[in-house]
Amino acid sequence: MNVLVCVKRVPATGSRITLTDDALHIDTKHLGFTISPHEECAVEEAVQLVEAHGGMSVVLTLGPEAAVEQLQAALAIGIERAILLESDPDDRDAVATADAIVDAVRAEEAAGTKFDVLLFGNESADSADYQVGIRVAHALGLPVVAGVKSLEARDGSLTARREIPGGAEVFDVPLPAVVTVKEGINLPRFASVPGRIKAKKKEIARRQPEASASMVETIRLRVPPEQQSEVQILGQGPDAAPAVVDLLERLGVVPR
Amino acid sequence: MILVLLEHEAGAIAGGSIEALTFAGGLGVAMHGVAFGDGGKEALTAAGAHGVRSGVHVSIEGGYAPAAWAQALSDLVASSAPSAAIAAGTDRGNELLAHLGAKASVPFVANCVAAEPGEDGWSLTRQRWGGTLLEDARVRAPFTAMTVALHAVMPQPAGEPGAVDVEETSPAPAPEDVRVRATRVEAESTGAASLAEARFVVGGGRGVGSAEGFASLDALAAELQGAVGVSRAVTSAGWRPHAQQIGQTGERIAPDLYVACGISGASQHMVGCRGAKKLLVINSDRDAPILSKADYAVIGDLHEVVPAITAELSGRSGSA
Repeated sequence: MNVLVCVKRVPATGSRITLTDDALHIDTKHLGFTISPHEECAVEEAVQLVEAHGGMSVVLTLGPEAAVEQLQAALAIGIERAILLESDPDDRDAVATADAIVDAVRAEEAAGTKFDVLLFGNESADSADYQVGIRVAHALGLPVVAGVKSLEARDGSLTARREIPGGAEVFDVPLPAVVTVKEGINLPRFASVPGRIKAKKKEIARRQPEASASMVETIRLRVPPEQQSEVQILGQGPDAAPAVVDLLERLGVVPR
Repeated sequence: MILVLLEHEAGAIAGGSIEALTFAGGLGVAMHGVAFGDGGKEALTAAGAHGVRSGVHVSIEGGYAPAAWAQALSDLVASSAPSAAIAAGTDRGNELLAHLGAKASVPFVANCVAAEPGEDGWSLTRQRWGGTLLEDARVRAPFTAMTVALHAVMPQPAGEPGAVDVEETSPAPAPEDVRVRATRVEAESTGAASLAEARFVVGGGRGVGSAEGFASLDALAAELQGAVGVSRAVTSAGWRPHAQQIGQTGERIAPDLYVACGISGASQHMVGCRGAKKLLVINSDRDAPILSKADYAVIGDLHEVVPAITAELSGRSGSA
């Protein structure tokens, strides 16, 4: 089973985000970078699928040269090779991003690598467009299940489970297929030291995707006004319990 | 005209779709409702009290098939030339409009909080980073699909009922649109309140310290018939299942009261609980960032404070 997993390099934000002067980007001077959380799980899922069913795995990202860091993080836990689509993701809307990925998948196919499963995160942490995987699937004529939290492969098909209000939905999907996953589908492993060393020797192919016009243009980013509230201290330690229960009663959350 | 997708539970319009109706109703453009499946006609009729005057009830045989549903939406876009399709920013709303975007080759903008029609397309404000940031964007296209961020719009209560002209349609999906179809739906077996819908939620973070440490939070939630939620640190440590995570990569909650215990207040978590009406923080660190977002706080060790609250509650109900 050959698996492609697509990831995005995003800043590791803490409790506050500051913007660049032109208000078009996050100021990342003091921030580290990571793979967007759902996609971290997609990488782990790709490794597990190949461990269980054989075949090989490829990680792909569209980003700057610095995104090699995220590709190597994926290579370090067992992905075999990597593709960097050299482009600024902020210059591309979801449609233009999907176009670039579709071209890369077709080029891989032309070079002899056919993928059985294409994994994406359900949405990226930063722009959260909820659509790149679905657009790629339609362009390639593949079935797609989104928001998957459990995946099982057997006999040329996938069984995918996802949460819905009050329960779960189950899908049986023929391969090849696109699956977008959510955090919780697995607990991503940590890279070992030998894994990290090996990752440095693995191949990273670079491609320059064609320019693609964006229909959605960012005018500016804004930090929404803080909803600062005046905090009322109800007390210290367990002695505060009666005051807390008074509050619970006042707010009507104590069942009658 | 704009299309508004109505999600519903046996004909009762879902909360997120009421927010979408409120959002769409403020745009000054006629709304055409779309509802799928059994109960869809009732949902459209109910939407009359939210300003909808016409709509279409789509019946597609078999379980939920996103591509088939999106094809029905795409056909409506082609036949009625609306300027937008609007849905709630739920998993289903985002999924269907992403499929619509792909099928009809139109832009889809997720989690909008404001919209304004313009000469050559919409000006939109949308959430990024789960709502920690806002983006003002312009869409250059005659039609845009958009979802409305959950809990970002104050839902307008139903007004006077109004007559809704409902059209029925039963399209037969193409085979490739039913390759992905829900083959079964499993109901949750636990009796606990669902996190997304609970009126009371008690949350635990890294400060809880261990899987065993959650016993007192479970007891408090049980006493108040509420739900337990956790931060990302807790699910990453494997202390609790991911289904209980509140945050950008987990559930968005909207209880009357959220009690956050041993949680520092990373934005990843805070965007998941901003729908809570009131926030009570129990934390030993008076300087924890979450305190600046709290309505109430108890400074102290959660392992002492939470059991004391449960004991006080059962003491009062016993003496009542």
